[in-house]
Amino acid sequence: MIDRKFIGYRSPSFDAEVEKGRLRLFAKAIGEPDPIYSDERAAQAAGYRSIPVPPTFLFCLEMEQPDPYRWFRDIGIPLPYALHGGQSFRYQATACAGDVLTFDAEVVDIYDKKNGALEFVVQEVYIRDQRTSPIAGFTRTIVVRND
Amino acid sequence: MVEPIYAEVNVDDELQPLTMPPVSRQTLAIYCGASGDHNPIHVDFDFARESGLDDVIAHGMLVMAYMGRLLTGWVRQDAIRSFDTRFQAMTQVGDAITVHGRVVEKFSDDNTNCVRIDLAAIDQHNEVKAIGSAVVSLN
Repeated sequence: MIDRKFIGYRSPSFDAEVEKGRLRLFAKAIGEPDPIYSDERAAQAAGYRSIPVPPTFLFCLEMEQPDPYRWFRDIGIPLPYALHGGQSFRYQATACAGDVLTFDAEVVDIYDKKNGALEFVVQEVYIRDQRTSPIAGFTRTIVVRND
Repeated sequence: MVEPIYAEVNVDDELQPLTMPPVSRQTLAIYCGASGDHNPIHVDFDFARESGLDDVIAHGMLVMAYMGRLLTGWVRQDAIRSFDTRFQAMTQVGDAITVHGRVVEKFSDDNTNCVRIDLAAIDQHNEVKAIGSAVVSLN
């Protein structure tokens, strides 16, 4: 069982730069045909400062940190038995290529169901841009299979 | 893209579904590199077997990215206020995901017109892989 004392565990703050090349590769990976997600000129013609960060790519940027699964080890989530149960994003502004985003994360809940057969770890991630404005946040729910 | 207009959008309107090609190992390899999520359970057959699975499984976030494509194909991305997904079943190699969206609510928030969209990602056997919800603002 994951120790409930890790509710409140915070990961070290880190910065991730949004790179055009990565956004182009991501567009390819998800089959995105809209040129605003791969061509800066098309993005600017559509009113964006540069190529916009697609809705779910904030999650990917959060994994740019040197050791994205460190918090799993720190609080005792076994990687082979961990599943992604849910993901929620809230957006205040659209990040674009060239932005440098700062990520802060905190474990906000740990609970179990089915007499411990399934454990749930809920992590909140807060995202600011280089102007230190909050631009978005997300909630990640990890499910651990103990059966 | 033709932007939907709040007054012309109705509850129960369906978004044009988005059907993706079957997920292949190459799909997962490219997504692994592009997403930066290098969890071996998605690309390393041996690790997947040692984890008690029959094969590698797709990233849940790949399925959510397909849902995101449905949204950004319908509205400008900067109109999306929130986007939630709960994963229901593992997506396997060979699964062809179709994403559906339906308008379920129209409301005003801080004098901004918003609609709520229910989302579902299903495979070729009609198994639900993920369900979701998004709130977008419309003029």
